[in-house]
Amino acid sequence: MTENEKAARQKKIAHIIMWVVLLVLFICFIFPFLLVIVNVFKTKADITSNPLALIGAHGFTLQNFPEAMKKMNFWTVFGNSLLITSCSTVLTIVVSSMTAFVIVRNGSWKVCTLMFSLMIASMVIPFQVLMVPLVSVYGGTLGVLNHRITLILMHVGFSVSMAMFMFHGAIKTNIPLELEEAATIDGCSRWQTYWRIVFPLLKPTVATVAIINAMAYWNDYLLPSLVLTKKELYTIPIATQAFYGTYSTDIGLVMAALLLAMLPILILYVFLQRYIVEGVTSGAVKG
Amino acid sequence: MKQNKLSYKIQQYLMFAGPGTILFLCVVIVPFVYGLYLTLTSWDGISATKPFVGFANFAAAFRDADYWHAMGRTVIYSVFAVVLINIVAFALAYLVTQGVKGQNFFRAGFFVPNLIGGIVLGYVWKFVFNRAFVAIFNSSSLLATTNGAMFCLILVSVWQYAGYMMLIYVAGFMSVSRDVQEAAMIDGCTSGQAMMNVTIPLMRSSFVQCIFLSITRCFVVYDVNLSLTNGEPFNSSVMAAMHVYNQAFTYKNYGLGQAEALILFLVCAIVGVTQVMVGKRGEVEA
Repeated sequence: MTENEKAARQKKIAHIIMWVVLLVLFICFIFPFLLVIVNVFKTKADITSNPLALIGAHGFTLQNFPEAMKKMNFWTVFGNSLLITSCSTVLTIVVSSMTAFVIVRNGSWKVCTLMFSLMIASMVIPFQVLMVPLVSVYGGTLGVLNHRITLILMHVGFSVSMAMFMFHGAIKTNIPLELEEAATIDGCSRWQTYWRIVFPLLKPTVATVAIINAMAYWNDYLLPSLVLTKKELYTIPIATQAFYGTYSTDIGLVMAALLLAMLPILILYVFLQRYIVEGVTSGAVKG
Repeated sequence: MKQNKLSYKIQQYLMFAGPGTILFLCVVIVPFVYGLYLTLTSWDGISATKPFVGFANFAAAFRDADYWHAMGRTVIYSVFAVVLINIVAFALAYLVTQGVKGQNFFRAGFFVPNLIGGIVLGYVWKFVFNRAFVAIFNSSSLLATTNGAMFCLILVSVWQYAGYMMLIYVAGFMSVSRDVQEAAMIDGCTSGQAMMNVTIPLMRSSFVQCIFLSITRCFVVYDVNLSLTNGEPFNSSVMAAMHVYNQAFTYKNYGLGQAEALILFLVCAIVGVTQVMVGKRGEVEA
């Protein structure tokens, strides 16, 4: 055997070992999800007696789903989550990209430098510092809680600084000033220049910002739980929490509710996996 | 020229940045400043008057033994979680960048826990700890013991964030060019030495970033804390963020709760900024 063949063989063996290690780790990672999926098709008694069996003694059942859906008010809750997530995401993109545009292109204006530094500095403030005054101002003084629009606007306000920062980088490095000048000479106003020339060129950043924020909004619990306290306004995380509080002993229903809470985003992930992984990576590395 | 007129500037600024500025000020800056004022009052959350008490809340916060226990617990939890998250994430990133078959599938798989919110993850793991592990190991639930609950919280956090940090480390591995590693190997390094002395120093910015992200997340952990342990048993797993929430919204000590939140923020900011400054100092370029 030559040196090269030996090295190639060693490499192959190393790859097989790594593959096995990865597989074991992968199974550990998805084990909790597998367990939920297995148990969702069992009756309460079967789950209690043996949570590890693939099929319960009483056989396969689909009974948990309709009941959990009804008790969790699934379609309403799902609709709320969908509405809030999509509106917040779209608004965040529009509002923060425009802010970034004016700040990048007019860096010498005092208001722009001030806003930019304020927004960057604010990114280190955790939500816990803002939640009490937020509830006190908007709940106590103004009384605008329990409206979905309030939550949407708050979501946008909280993410505008981070999103602005990402658009700021993209506009500064990727959009040549000459392009805008050409548009101005051709008779575009600043507004038209922005929407017809600049914004379409920001697509990759739009995708990144959309993915990161949409995931954060969809899964957010603390802010929505403070803003939305009426049952018909609940989002999926709040509804899951409320459901668990009421039916925690009815373990079959809990399994169904948990699976229902996870399913929408998992289905989306199957189709958009590449974009989500790329978006999260570029968002994390830039931010 | 019209470009230099104040009215033009105002009009331009408001047209583009107006909505963003207003929302940002209303949601972040106003509450932040108002929160500073609240720390000086003993407001109960209901009454119209907010009695001014000066720095009494800060004095009370420093005397609040439960708060400092929660803070100590948060520090212990964060140290373990941050170290383990980064070790696991780095190992995963290494394994999925070696050209093994199906590595993109594995990458996608390890990221799955990040897609799902902390509340749901907490309940899923609660089931695993309370039912499945009890059945497998034939013992009582880990969540019922003081140290066990902490251990569970750390385990779930590592599982939750490792996939996300892995993506950042993967990007770091990709940015270190193969040439440098091969040059090191030709110069006589073993692959382990090349990793320790060439690849890892060049990935320093990935480490700084991952550690910063995991510290800032672990310090204010709330969702998983709420759903997995809810502070039990005997309030032994109440983290700082949960204590702040309870202090304000459950016990209605808004001023005290806000003061404690502010201290939490300062501790978190000091740790985070120190870590980034120390980390950046030794950064090297290829």
